Amino acid sequence: MKIFWALIHRDVILGIRASGGAALSAAFFALIVVLVPFGLGPDMSTLKSAGPGMFWIAALLATLLGLERIIQPDTEDGTLDLIRLSSLPLELVALAKIIAHWLTSGLIITVLAPLLAPLLNLSFSAIPVLALSLLLGTPALSAIGTAAAALGASVQRGGMVLALLALPLNIPFLIFGATAVAKAQNNADPTQALLLLGSFSLIAIVVGSIAAAASLRLNDE
Amino acid sequence: MSLLHYANPERFVRLAQKLTPWLLGSAIALALTGLFLGLLVAPPDYQQGNAARIMYVHVPAAWMSMFVYGCMAVSSAVAFVWKHPLADVAAKASAPIGAVFTALALITGMLWGKPMWGAWWVWDARLTSVLILFFLYLGYIVLWSAIEEPARAARAARILALVGAINIPIIKFSVDWWNTLHQGATVFRADGPSMSTSMLIPLLIMAVAYNVLYAALLLIRMRAEIAERRLRSIRLGLEPLAS
Repeated sequence: MKIFWALIHRDVILGIRASGGAALSAAFFALIVVLVPFGLGPDMSTLKSAGPGMFWIAALLATLLGLERIIQPDTEDGTLDLIRLSSLPLELVALAKIIAHWLTSGLIITVLAPLLAPLLNLSFSAIPVLALSLLLGTPALSAIGTAAAALGASVQRGGMVLALLALPLNIPFLIFGATAVAKAQNNADPTQALLLLGSFSLIAIVVGSIAAAASLRLNDE
Repeated sequence: MSLLHYANPERFVRLAQKLTPWLLGSAIALALTGLFLGLLVAPPDYQQGNAARIMYVHVPAAWMSMFVYGCMAVSSAVAFVWKHPLADVAAKASAPIGAVFTALALITGMLWGKPMWGAWWVWDARLTSVLILFFLYLGYIVLWSAIEEPARAARAARILALVGAINIPIIKFSVDWWNTLHQGATVFRADGPSMSTSMLIPLLIMAVAYNVLYAALLLIRMRAEIAERRLRSIRLGLEPLAS
């Protein structure tokens, strides 16, 4: 277990210090939210109805950004081979990578989103739901993205191309996340959407860890 | 003698060669019968008129779009667990066929949607999930073509196919929850099909025709893939030219 925490610690530090790391994800997320009104026009009621979806699309794209640095460098310089020599099962290595990626992308977005909510005229009651939906949903985005990045690193093709292939798998999270926020904004009960979001997120974390580990084992045979 | 008997590619190719003409022939015969019964004999729909006849092409294509992905996922699982040499070949050969069935379902659905719903495309749950299924097929095909070495491509594609298969029910459920406008199930219902027999029979004949066509095309594509791999290993000098 000590290795597990050490791995997370290392990847978070790398994520914060790398130039394409956490700060870039956060800036990218904020920029998309700021750019939306220029595309849709400054009408406050349009922004209000588009807001929940826009926040979630921004989160989806921003979590894609950090994926290239999460596994690719480790396979290139041999770090991954050293990690694999340790007693930690590869599934847990993958889980540590997912957690580290989430801490340097999803978590920051979750904290940032409520601060940006007034820009898209989100109603006050929807802001906690926005934060909660991102808290529940972004780990799944990290999990699916890490599995795609692991597959990309193992076949030595750009991780970004494979992250794009995995995008359709993220649609459920987009649906439930955006719906929960929209419901809260229309004074409806968002519990159902949040519960489904959370449960699918848990499935994605498990499947993502196993798939990422299987992808890293790809070249063993 | 089990299925493993045909795991030997050479035995498989011999059997496939014998079966292909029969399968192709019966697929064409069944499709002609189904189209004749569906387009000329069956009565027009009491609400939708003759436009409903597109279902004889559309509905079996939509069924096949899911069935072929199921076959792909099962072959990938078999390849993953038992390293069956032909399972990867079957999965790879299935993908383009499935993608074409999916595209056919989408295009015929759009042609039907314009007169019935007044729009080529609506973001209805079933349309959306079939569109996503189409993207999953394309992603799978792209992954195969992105990696040169077949053995390595096969291992990567297995993972993608299996993760996709776990996700399909989730995507289907979420999209249903999101928005639904498409008509509900007509054929597979607990109280039996709510459709006149004169329409159901041609529909089922078409469904069988599509399945047989899939089997025929699959065998042809698998033979082509096996030949291509042999060619590759001959070029690389791994295998003598005459064996």
